Amino acid sequence: MMRHRVLGRLILITFLCLGSTFARSETELRFCLRTEPKNLNPLLVSNDAEETIRYLTGGVLVRVNRQTQQLEPELAESWNVSKDGRQITFKLRQGIAFSDGTPFSAADVAYTVQQLMDPALHSATGDAFRSGAGTVSTKILASNHLAITFPAPVAGLDRLFDQVAILSSQSPKKEGAVLGPFVVAEYKPGASVLLKRNPNYWKKDSRSRRLPYLDSIRLDIQPNRDIELLHFKRGELDLINSLDSEYFDRLASTSPNLVHDAGPSLDSEQMWFNEVGNAPIPAYKRTWFRSTDFRRAIAQAINREDLSRVVFNGHAEPAIGPVSPANKFWFNDKLNPYPYDPEGALKKLQLVGFRLENGVLRDRDGNKVEFSIVTNAGNRYRERMAVMIQQDLQKVGIKVSVVTLDFPSLIERITQSFNYEAAILGLTNVDLDPNGQMNVWLSSAENHQWNPAQKSPETVWEAEIDRLMRAQASSIDPRKRKESFDRVQAIVMEQAPFIYLVNRNALSAISTSLHGASPVVLRPQTYWNADQLTLSAESGRGR
Amino acid sequence: MVQKLACAFLLMIGMVCLFADQLAPAGYAKQFRESPNAAPSRKHLLGTDDIGRDRFSRALYGTRISLLLAPAAALLSTLLAALIGGVAGYLGGFWARCAMGFTDLFLSLPWLFLLIMVRGFLPLDVSPVLSVLATFSLLGLLGWAAAARILCAGATTIRNSDFLLQARASGLRRVRLFVFHVLPNLKPILYAQFWISIPVFILSEANLGILGLGVAEPMPSWGSLLRELEGMLSFAEAPWKLVPLVLLILVVSSFELILTKQEFAT
Repeated sequence: MMRHRVLGRLILITFLCLGSTFARSETELRFCLRTEPKNLNPLLVSNDAEETIRYLTGGVLVRVNRQTQQLEPELAESWNVSKDGRQITFKLRQGIAFSDGTPFSAADVAYTVQQLMDPALHSATGDAFRSGAGTVSTKILASNHLAITFPAPVAGLDRLFDQVAILSSQSPKKEGAVLGPFVVAEYKPGASVLLKRNPNYWKKDSRSRRLPYLDSIRLDIQPNRDIELLHFKRGELDLINSLDSEYFDRLASTSPNLVHDAGPSLDSEQMWFNEVGNAPIPAYKRTWFRSTDFRRAIAQAINREDLSRVVFNGHAEPAIGPVSPANKFWFNDKLNPYPYDPEGALKKLQLVGFRLENGVLRDRDGNKVEFSIVTNAGNRYRERMAVMIQQDLQKVGIKVSVVTLDFPSLIERITQSFNYEAAILGLTNVDLDPNGQMNVWLSSAENHQWNPAQKSPETVWEAEIDRLMRAQASSIDPRKRKESFDRVQAIVMEQAPFIYLVNRNALSAISTSLHGASPVVLRPQTYWNADQLTLSAESGRGR
Repeated sequence: MVQKLACAFLLMIGMVCLFADQLAPAGYAKQFRESPNAAPSRKHLLGTDDIGRDRFSRALYGTRISLLLAPAAALLSTLLAALIGGVAGYLGGFWARCAMGFTDLFLSLPWLFLLIMVRGFLPLDVSPVLSVLATFSLLGLLGWAAAARILCAGATTIRNSDFLLQARASGLRRVRLFVFHVLPNLKPILYAQFWISIPVFILSEANLGILGLGVAEPMPSWGSLLRELEGMLSFAEAPWKLVPLVLLILVVSSFELILTKQEFAT
């Protein structure tokens, strides 16, 4: 009897061990994509889901380390940018193969660049390299050495290659052959994308074990954040890459060890006034909106600390300027944020002819100071910020109407009819380099929201910003570029065309069974080192 | 008995809302920024919302707005339905076909998208009070079609009735016939349509409010109050947030119960 018991226990232990072994051999990371990937071609990435798949599958020549924000070699052992900023040469690693076994060489890089720069492809990634008229030429110097020449200098040229996944020039699988840690194994539209471990991935760990550690990644397509959170709480997902402050706190209240606040992200929320010359708004209002003193007084009357604390439950920081402190290199740390000072704001307004009568602010001509703020319906954070700003400005006698509009109506008003007075929206920054913001700061740009597509700069300070932005874009000296962009930030701070409200924190949730994750503020916040992530045995798919 | 209870409940809610100014511990827009998302306490009976506004006060004012303006919108839509449906049914023939074709076209439009679109064209710089009036006026102006069909059918029956034939034969003019003979006979249908419309408009405003397109901030309505339930994963999390939902269900049910009584009367 006793022997049977012992035997029974032994069998049980054996099964448990085998079970855990099988679980370990089937490590699958699961998380959600919030949008449908429309295209799996890494050169045609246009949304977050496609960006995620490119990041996890694409092999790149150089990679921006999301933690240090420094550029590191990947498929390229080394690289060199010419003094005139028009040419970059890469020395490639040897002995690397694509996921289907075809060898990697300089010909593949040349092929990728040709594809990328083909105007017929309409690649947004390729557009970042277009600095002037003319063609981009590639010259293969050896099987592992090539030079790429651009028609005009490209600022921050080497960092742009972080976004370029190398394609195979020989593989019949085309973009199906990859150099990244994972390869797309299955795509079920509307349901999921399954990525399997790339057996030929070139990276190895310190013990010469081939990376990645994970066998697969399942990306569930789930736009509903409530359902995503529910699945995470049930243990059906291993991470939530980006979490709202409300969900963060809800999760933190029950499982504080699962949530991570990496501090201010690159994303900002801002308010601006409509300064378009022919906008269908009363002329006296346009005069206020075009007054620097008026805009600065408004900036001073808004309590950003309260916005961060109340609206984002403390998971945001009062914004200082156009660049978040999260952007370590480009942030101008000499800028001082506008202090919350309603009395000071009122004094500033009185100095330029406004007057407070029975709690109502009036301009020089006796017009009541009142305006509407539009924002997109359904975004509770922006709606709450607008309502709080409404109360803040009431203290200086300004009446604000908050109007929430469906997104298409809002976009139509702020980009075409210009039939609005002030707006609150956010900017999602994915690029550290100021070149990514050219479409905002140039007065001729369509996204120069307060007064877009100007034929020539309408103010002296906008002309100065144009000059500085062009100067930094045409220089390859990082120090000179920084000087120019610091000045742009200072001008924006002084003139307040955008009143920056908050920088949201990068919030994420990570299961305790996922090891090696170190959340950062740059995207992708949680799986930037996906090839080094591991899942503990108990988190195998058998959950 | 059930109808009496429903009437009593609506009367009680109506009275409470009328005296909202006296009963509310704080203004609906007052932000207690030091205590956002607070749980119920003696100071805040239903706690505070995301930006620290007293939830009980907002529920009182929100109920007042929804309960005052939904009947107003119902009245507007019923009048429009009487005018379009009643006249079309009374005139009959070509006019009835035209009016009903127009009504069918109106019925086939997705009303929610229509509301969102129309709202997008409204001027932005309006006060919250005007936005409330605009929202409910829109609901009234766009919600007449179903009632118009029923009224048209009712008016057609009356047009073909013997008493109207006799009145016409005695030389009464068309307008007089319509005002003094057709409309009074349509009264039970109008009455029923009016009561049916009230909960429909309450729910419509709630739908718009949940989408953030209802009554403008900081003014509360049931729609904007119900938005707090968005993302709520369990009822146990903060059961006091369910109060507007419970109120909505009770009020809409009460209106339905009263309607049953009216139907019996007709």
